[in-house]
Amino acid sequence: MEGSENGPVSAHSHLPADPELRVKALEEVLVRKGLVEPAALDAIIDMYQNRIGPRNGARVVARAWSDPNFRSALLADASDAIAEMGYVGRQGEHITAVENTPDTHNIVVCTLCSCYPWPLLGIPPGWYKSDEYRARAVREPRKVLAEFGVTLPKGKAVRVWDSTAEMRYIVIPERPPGSTGMDQEALAELVTRDSMIGTGLPMEPQR
Amino acid sequence: MTRVHDMGGRFGYGAVRPDPDGTTFEESWHARALALTLAAGTLGRWNIDVSRHARERLHPREYTRFSYFEKWLAALTNLLVETGVLEISDLLPCAGDQTARAPSSHALKAEDVNALLGRGSPTTRDCQGLARFSVGDPVRAHRLAENRLVPGGHTRLPAYAAGARGRVLRHHGFHVFPDSNAHGLGEAPQPLYAVAFPAAELWVNPEHPHDEVVLDLWESYLEPMQ
Repeated sequence: MEGSENGPVSAHSHLPADPELRVKALEEVLVRKGLVEPAALDAIIDMYQNRIGPRNGARVVARAWSDPNFRSALLADASDAIAEMGYVGRQGEHITAVENTPDTHNIVVCTLCSCYPWPLLGIPPGWYKSDEYRARAVREPRKVLAEFGVTLPKGKAVRVWDSTAEMRYIVIPERPPGSTGMDQEALAELVTRDSMIGTGLPMEPQR
Repeated sequence: MTRVHDMGGRFGYGAVRPDPDGTTFEESWHARALALTLAAGTLGRWNIDVSRHARERLHPREYTRFSYFEKWLAALTNLLVETGVLEISDLLPCAGDQTARAPSSHALKAEDVNALLGRGSPTTRDCQGLARFSVGDPVRAHRLAENRLVPGGHTRLPAYAAGARGRVLRHHGFHVFPDSNAHGLGEAPQPLYAVAFPAAELWVNPEHPHDEVVLDLWESYLEPMQ
C-alpha cells in the first residue's frame, strides 16, 4: 500500500467527479457491504453539528479568566485541566493552552493539513483549512490578522504555533477591559471562536 | 524534497476570507464526507498517519484542484482499495458484487459513536528513554525536510523550517513517530518538542523583530547546536 515513490494511486478516479455524487456512491457501496451504518454517520454529524463547538472552548477561557488556580493548572497541563471539564476526545487527545499577554499575541495554524482542537472548537472553519491561511499565517501573521480586522499594538510580538504533531493548541485571549465582576457564563459569551485561534479578539462587554 | 501539501510560507495566495458566523459544514456533503471518513477509519485498516499521507500523495494537480473534503474523499477511496476493503469494480456503477451484506461486526454502530469520538487515539507513549534535549537548548532542524526511512514518505518537518536554528520551548513527552507509523514500520515513539524559531531565521522579511514560529518536532528532526 505504499507506492509513494511510484506516483499516486488513483482509484478515486473511478467514482463520479461531482463530490456530492462521489460521497453518495462511496457511502452506498460501503453500506451495501455492511462496513458502514448510515445511522452511525448521522450520529457523527449530529455530534459535530450540534453538540461539540466553540462554546466548549469559551467556557475554558472564561474559567481561566475567573479562577487563578484553574488558569495555573491549564497553563501547566491543559490536557488534564480540560479533561476535568469533560472536553476530551478525538483531535483533542493532547492540548496545550497558550496565553496572550501585553507583550505576545498567539495564533494557531496547521501548515501541513488542518489540525485543530475538535473537542474545544468543533470542526475547523473553511478559512482555517484554506491554502491562503496555511501558506501565509506563518510568514505574515499581521497581514492575515488585518484581514480579520485585528491590529496589534506596535510593540507586541506574534508567536505562531504551527500544529505539526498531535498536540492541539488553544489561545487564551486577554480578558477584555470592562469585564470586571462578570460571572463565567457572561464572560464565555465574550469569547469568540476566532479569539481562541488567535485571529480575533474577545468581544468587549456592552455598556 | 517536499510535496504540495507543505504550504507554510508560500507566496502567491490571496486574502483569507473570515467567517465569523461559523458555519460548521458549508455543504451537506462535507458533513457526509467527514462522517464517512471517521466511520471507515474504525475498520482499523489504517492509522491517522497513513490517512494523512494518503491525502498528501494525491497527484499535485488534484491536491491543488480539490476542495478540502474532496481531498478527504479521494484519499479515503484510494485507501479502501489499497487495503483491499474495496475493489476497483466496487466503485463502478452496477459493476462489482451487488449483493447486500449483513452489517459487519467491525462496522461502527450509532450507539458507539459517542464513546469512540470521546475516547480519541492518544499518541503519547510511556517510554523510559532519555530525551536528548532540554527546555532552552539551542537546536537546528535538519536541512532536508524528507522522510529518512521511506523515499518520498510522510514527514511532519515543514520545508520552511528545514535548516533553521531555534530553541526548545517545551518537551511534550514521547509521541508516535509519523515518518515510521505512516508506512507500517511501527510506532517508534520519540521525544517530541515544541521548538521556537525566530521569524528572521525563517523569512527574509519578517514582520517584526521579536516574532517567532513554534513547531512541534520529533527528536530525529533536530540536531544539537554548540
